Amino acid sequence: MAEMKTAAYVCRGCGIGERIDTARTAKVAEKEGKVQLVRQHDFLCNAEGVQLIRDDIEKEGVTHIAIGACSRRSKTEAFYFPTVALSRANLREGVIWTQPETEEARETTQEMADDYVRMACAEVKKMKLPAGNPEVGHAKRLLVVGGGVSGMTAALEAAKAGYSVVLVEKTGSLGGWAAKIHQRVPFHEPYQDPAPTGVTELAAAVTGDPGIKVYLNATLSRTSGAPGRFKVQIATESGGSSAEEVGAIVQATGFTTYDIAKLPELGGGKSPNVVDQAGLEKLAMEAAAKGQPIRRPSDGGEVKTVAFVQCAGQRDETGTHLPYCSGHCCATSIKQAMYFKDANPGVDTVVIYTDLRVPGNGEDFYRSGQSKGVTFTKGKVSSVEAGGNGCKVNFHDLILDDKNASIQADLVVLATGQVPVSGVNIEKQEEMPAEEKKVISILNLDYRQGPDLPQLKYGFTDSHFICFPYETRRTGIYAAGPVRRPMDMVQAIEDATGATLKAIQAMENAELGRAAHPRSGDLSFPSFRVDGCTQCKRCTVECPFGAIDEDEQRYPVFNESRCRRCGTCMGACPVRVISFENYSVDTVGSQIKAVDMPDEFSEKPRILVLACENDAYPALDMAGMTRTQYSAFVRVIPVRCLGSVNSIWITDALNSGYDGVMLMGCKHGDDYQCHFVKGSELATYRMSKIDDTLKQLALETERVATYEVAITDIARVPRLINDYAAKINEIGMSPLKGFA
Amino acid sequence: MGDMNIQAIEQYRSDFLKEVEERVEEGHWVKMCMQCGVCSGSCPFGPHWAHPPQEIFMMIRAGKREEVLSSDSMWMCTSCYNCVVRCPRQLPITQIMHGLATYAHRLGLAPRNQPTRDFSILFWENCTKTGRVNELKLTLGVYFREGLMAGIKKAWNMRNIGFGLLLTKRLNPFELFKGHACKDQKGIHAMLKKAQEIEARRHKLPA
Amino acid sequence: MAKKEYAFYPGCSSQLKASASNYLVSVNAMCKTLDVKLTTIPDWNCCGASISYAGAGELPRHVLNARNFALSEQHLPGQDIVATCAACWLGARETKEKLDASSQLLADTNEALKAAGLHYEGKAEIRHMVAVLIEDFGYAELGKPVVKPLEGLKFAGYVGCQTNRPFGIAGESFENPMYLDKLVETVGAEALTQYDQKVTCCGGALAFSETEKAMKQIKDIVESAYDHGADMIVTPCPLCQANVEVYQSEINKTHSTKFAMPVTYYSQLMTVAYGGTPKEAGLDGHIIKPTKLQEIAVKVVPKR
Repeated sequence: MAEMKTAAYVCRGCGIGERIDTARTAKVAEKEGKVQLVRQHDFLCNAEGVQLIRDDIEKEGVTHIAIGACSRRSKTEAFYFPTVALSRANLREGVIWTQPETEEARETTQEMADDYVRMACAEVKKMKLPAGNPEVGHAKRLLVVGGGVSGMTAALEAAKAGYSVVLVEKTGSLGGWAAKIHQRVPFHEPYQDPAPTGVTELAAAVTGDPGIKVYLNATLSRTSGAPGRFKVQIATESGGSSAEEVGAIVQATGFTTYDIAKLPELGGGKSPNVVDQAGLEKLAMEAAAKGQPIRRPSDGGEVKTVAFVQCAGQRDETGTHLPYCSGHCCATSIKQAMYFKDANPGVDTVVIYTDLRVPGNGEDFYRSGQSKGVTFTKGKVSSVEAGGNGCKVNFHDLILDDKNASIQADLVVLATGQVPVSGVNIEKQEEMPAEEKKVISILNLDYRQGPDLPQLKYGFTDSHFICFPYETRRTGIYAAGPVRRPMDMVQAIEDATGATLKAIQAMENAELGRAAHPRSGDLSFPSFRVDGCTQCKRCTVECPFGAIDEDEQRYPVFNESRCRRCGTCMGACPVRVISFENYSVDTVGSQIKAVDMPDEFSEKPRILVLACENDAYPALDMAGMTRTQYSAFVRVIPVRCLGSVNSIWITDALNSGYDGVMLMGCKHGDDYQCHFVKGSELATYRMSKIDDTLKQLALETERVATYEVAITDIARVPRLINDYAAKINEIGMSPLKGFA
Repeated sequence: MGDMNIQAIEQYRSDFLKEVEERVEEGHWVKMCMQCGVCSGSCPFGPHWAHPPQEIFMMIRAGKREEVLSSDSMWMCTSCYNCVVRCPRQLPITQIMHGLATYAHRLGLAPRNQPTRDFSILFWENCTKTGRVNELKLTLGVYFREGLMAGIKKAWNMRNIGFGLLLTKRLNPFELFKGHACKDQKGIHAMLKKAQEIEARRHKLPA
Repeated sequence: MAKKEYAFYPGCSSQLKASASNYLVSVNAMCKTLDVKLTTIPDWNCCGASISYAGAGELPRHVLNARNFALSEQHLPGQDIVATCAACWLGARETKEKLDASSQLLADTNEALKAAGLHYEGKAEIRHMVAVLIEDFGYAELGKPVVKPLEGLKFAGYVGCQTNRPFGIAGESFENPMYLDKLVETVGAEALTQYDQKVTCCGGALAFSETEKAMKQIKDIVESAYDHGADMIVTPCPLCQANVEVYQSEINKTHSTKFAMPVTYYSQLMTVAYGGTPKEAGLDGHIIKPTKLQEIAVKVVPKR
């Protein structure tokens, strides 16, 4: 690589020139930033301005550029110079738009601008142009695990997009649950009657597609590698084993039904006349095959009354059964009631529910059920007395508040929930013998963190619910269908389509050595200095994506293609040997140190804000766009994720005289919004331990504060800053000023 | 009337919902209620209903025939139509309540001396007699429905209102003898008689 | 020739010496100014109101209304039927919609009408006077004849139920209809738009049978008008007017209140604003005198 040649550009457009003495700022870049080439421009993002930069790169051999203009989130297309390292000083959203346009504020506004330029100059000098991940894989084949509706849809969608597919199904036939139901809930206008499942046609399309290779009676005995180069061992029932190389994986392993025998109080397992929804489908299919109405299982008698018990062993608050709602069961019961009503309107069908939930266009279907005379009774079933040929359903009528309501039914259908088939819960794998683990596991990943996809709640695989529903915490492996959350067939098909598209994207990115979501296209990747490593394992344990394995000597082994580039490993490393070419302990550390620190008598405190670039930093930018003012004493540095914040930055900041440090990251917990799932949670955990450090430095614990900030907190973020600035004013300037 | 009730019980057995669907005005809507309770919460007389509309609908589906038809709840409807415009399922709740009350009245199951029931009958008889309402007779009819003494007492209590209306020429004492009337009373009576016959046929009521 | 002509359905309460006779007086004066010709449907009959259901049943009620339609079609062909009473309009409109929607019901109705020698074609349109004012004239047009703006008067616009639900005036919301407030502003008075009992039920016909319960409703309606600083209540409905006005003395007795809130019709406001005399505006028909309106009405009309 050529020798470093630095340049800084200060834009005067968008009012920057009127509010800031850019000549002074330019001088700062030159004298303090020690940049070789400094230019001012009245309109840097226009064609002429961009050409100026381009010429400098080409003719002057500039390799490192600091641009003082708008936010790094603005004008990204104009300021796209892929051949040089680039930093941005946010003079517009971060300075002039958030500071009052008054004579009194002029000085502090100028100081802010000067500092941001100092920081940009310092940062860029520590940056390297990312060279891209050398560990690329070229496999463009998609592995689909599971041959139900989700899996078959995924396979067909991939095939249609021109990608070959390997489909592994553990049973002897394709179809999954869909092959075991008589009819499905309608999925198009007018949403009135049960519809054919279409599963035979779907399976035929899969087996007939030359691009799809189907393994039946098969499981995965080992999965290793990374996106673009996964190697899988497929074990078949006959004892055979095949190896396949694939670029990405869609896991569509679906669900099983909650065991009806766990519901003896509702008659589960006590009488053949009490069935679950799957059981009723079986009866319906058998009856249809014979061309007869559904008969009472105990004696083949006529069915005159059917009771459907909703939320059977679901939405359970006692902790005994499933705590969640499976979403499809209300519509399924309506459909099953129609099996009877459509055949014979004289059959009484009663759906006993507490809350009827029919998402999508289910309301129309519900109305159709009502029109057909299905009775809906709002009540909670307390028990089902099953014996002989009749069942007595006892319930609490919630509208009439009759605790002793009951109906006699020939057949009782329990609407039980979906239990995900998601393999081993890696959080609890220690308790499990290896052999058992092997059997239960779906993917048998040879990843350091465990053999299956991490789960969030209730055994469903973890995926970013709000923003990236198909993304699991294993890059290149996408969950689709009821393994991800309870869902019906319409949702599963949509889910499988989405997951397939993401999987294709992952394969394409992997081939180019680029990151997958959410830093899609990023060429940087973490590297570590082996001689400093203490084999502490924090990086391998804490990586939210299981990207880092360990070698025999317990040194980390980075799998770049599995990495999402969040920097959580960098934040975790106590000896700071992990870095990215363009994002490192130094790129941020040098910015922290570049700020001009006024002395303790100046009445100008300095507050460092480390803001997540996904949510908090855009919120700050938008505060600027709405001209919401905040303290001139803050200096904001965007970070990839709060998880990448290394505690050395905090101690460095405090040692160099900052009066306070604010960390702004995304919401964590079960309803997290962190783009890297665990980053903000880990950061908060780490910061909870920083109190000791503060005490050692004889500093107040308030000098470091962590906040959860959402991208929508446009009005709140300035408030947080101002409140914190007031707090700092209260506790006074840092006693460490001037010692650095 | 009692015979009609026995006939209905025999005809519909335990299927009260079907009975309502076939015999009550807008009764076919009952099954479409989704039990949200907005009607009950929207009723100005809500607290006075032993069973607000939401419950009435549920009771019909649960086959609670006697309880529904002998309830005085439906008679609490003021015809404000608030429930109708707010019902997310667009049920004509006001009409259904009127229909249920009417049906209960016809079967002889509606509560005796229910004041709104009495007033409703009084109004109908009053307005159809001549084709137009005789307000004086209507008012006196309300006051004297519980007998002479009670009527005198009530009329005395309300004397201020009566005098006020009298003085402002909004009540005519001579209506007691000759009030407003349509010319073709004969035609009106014939047409209403015919309408009642047709309706009985449509609602499958015994002849 | 008059600017606009309608078949008029006055309804029982608007008749001479009936409870809303002064409503009709003011409507006549208002229509005279607006050059509207109302021709009463010959031999019209009662609509049955919303209370007669138990005696009436369904079809007889529709037949009653259809008789008026048939008479109107026969004698006043091509004219829209206009009702001033909320209940008359509602009952008639309901019948109209039901008969339009069901050929069976229409056939049954005509079968019954035949006994009175009549036939309903299904052509008549049924409209409330307020809808006529708003749709056929518009607020701007209605404001033109104003010679005595009701300046300084504050009105609580009490819309009530039956001109508002379930049909209502086109374009208005059920929860907060604005037309009455707009009419108040059209005649130069102040509309108390925050008046929160605008669409509360007064108890309707149940004021007769469940007086206590209705009085609670009426108390809220009047009390809120006071709370918002109203000089008067204004309403489009004769039963609302009667209930809210006449029961105030009873409420005073039971609750030791001192209610004396006049309750007027929109047509009275318009008549006064158009320069009508107190008599033309039917102001003599109130138990609680609308004194402030009276004061404006007796002022000498400036020459136009």
